[in-house]
Amino acid sequence: MRNGGRLSPLLFGAALLLVWELAVRLSGAPVFLLPAPSVVALRFAQAWSDGTMLRHLLPTVGEILAGGLLGGALGLALGMLLGLSGAARRIASPYLVAAQSTPILALGPLLVLWFGPGAAAKVAICTLITLFPMAIATLIAVRDTDRGLLELSRAMGGTRWQTLVTFRLPAARSGIFAGARIAATLAVVGAIVGEWLGGSAGLGVLVNLARGSLFDTPLLFAALIQIALLGVAAYGSVVVAERLSSRLIK
Amino acid sequence: MSGASNSNTALDIEHVAHAFGTRAVLSNISLSITRGESVALLGANGTGKTTLVSLAAGLIRPDQGDVHVAGTPAQAGRPDVGIAFQDARLMPWRSVARNVSLPLEIAGEDRRAAHTAAIAALARMQAEHLADRAPADLSGGERQRVALARALVRNPALVLLDEPFAALDALTRTRFDEQLPELVGGAAILFVTHDIGEALLVADRVLVLAPGGGISLEVAGLRGTPQGERRAVLMSPAGATRQAQLYDALRTVAPVAHHA
Repeated sequence: MRNGGRLSPLLFGAALLLVWELAVRLSGAPVFLLPAPSVVALRFAQAWSDGTMLRHLLPTVGEILAGGLLGGALGLALGMLLGLSGAARRIASPYLVAAQSTPILALGPLLVLWFGPGAAAKVAICTLITLFPMAIATLIAVRDTDRGLLELSRAMGGTRWQTLVTFRLPAARSGIFAGARIAATLAVVGAIVGEWLGGSAGLGVLVNLARGSLFDTPLLFAALIQIALLGVAAYGSVVVAERLSSRLIK
Repeated sequence: MSGASNSNTALDIEHVAHAFGTRAVLSNISLSITRGESVALLGANGTGKTTLVSLAAGLIRPDQGDVHVAGTPAQAGRPDVGIAFQDARLMPWRSVARNVSLPLEIAGEDRRAAHTAAIAALARMQAEHLADRAPADLSGGERQRVALARALVRNPALVLLDEPFAALDALTRTRFDEQLPELVGGAAILFVTHDIGEALLVADRVLVLAPGGGISLEVAGLRGTPQGERRAVLMSPAGATRQAQLYDALRTVAPVAHHA
């Protein structure tokens, strides 16, 4: 493969930054409205060197990890249950859809009321926001296992457990991971939303601080970039997990 | 003849009737396969060929009558029964060898022993070189070879083959038809197809299944003929006569006469 194939997204990004930089400098836009990329980059580096970024990053990562893993596991279990049992599916599906249609922003205040202003409410929001895409992706993937494979399992005398572990789950793997990819980015959204609703640390709090009391727009941009990087990392870790799981079932 | 009392019987289907909902597929069919014998079942679509295979495999229970394998009631997961379908049903996430060893793994055998048995089964199918390949990289013929190896990996006494070569190109299919008796070895075979020439090539006896589920004709097959001569006999006047007989029986949607 030519190097250009890998380079072009970087070149495109660099070009975009250049246009942004030039536009800000030529138009003379005030820094509190639109800081130039060079200013944002400096502020980003400064926030890292004085410890501000790390102090706010760590709680957010913790919430994403705890809520994402909990929501992912619960969603996987719920999706498997509903995918395997037609009766459970008929009973629970309408409520699952209704729950997914309720915006997490609307649910947030209630969760803060129940779990308090600490990390627990944020983890709860992360859990809820990741649970539904995982449950639905797993439900569909497990429900739609190729009938021929299920018949093969029965012909070989496979138990219910063997059929699940040897046939259904490996067949459902890519569908389940498609849900996990969506859930991973939503987990970041959940943590930020939770931090917005109240709290003393976290990237969502930093965004609020930079915008409101500090009036530090470059820091606001730096926080947004950090959040985006976090989303990419969350997504990337799911991709890595998917690769590892393919080795596991071989 | 009762399957339970005859140890020489590989498969014994006695007065079996089966319906799916209100649609009767088989009514009072009897058919017996002795050890090592190959029986081909010819029939148009919807005559219950696949239902018979499912009954023999223990995947479904008959509404009436009995199905015995080697003298005991048919049951899914028996080690002495192997099965292959029209589609190879290989698991794309497993290597060829691990697809073939699957019946042994399901039965709880040690993975290393299962692998050894899988390689042996593949060698028997002249497909040892495919062991580490992924199913997605195989041709249709290779996939079916692997599916046959999986069906034979536990050295079953009875092999159920439900149109295993129907999806293959004509040339590959002919090669399989000519080699099958030798590939399967000493196991008894129930071979379901709607190809007359194929049925004659692979079987000792060819039975025609009439709509409504009964045997309407039985004709001797060519399995006993040496491998190199089967095709020639099939094309000879004697072979053509048998083909014509079977063709007429298949075309006739007449009331069922039972000759078995």
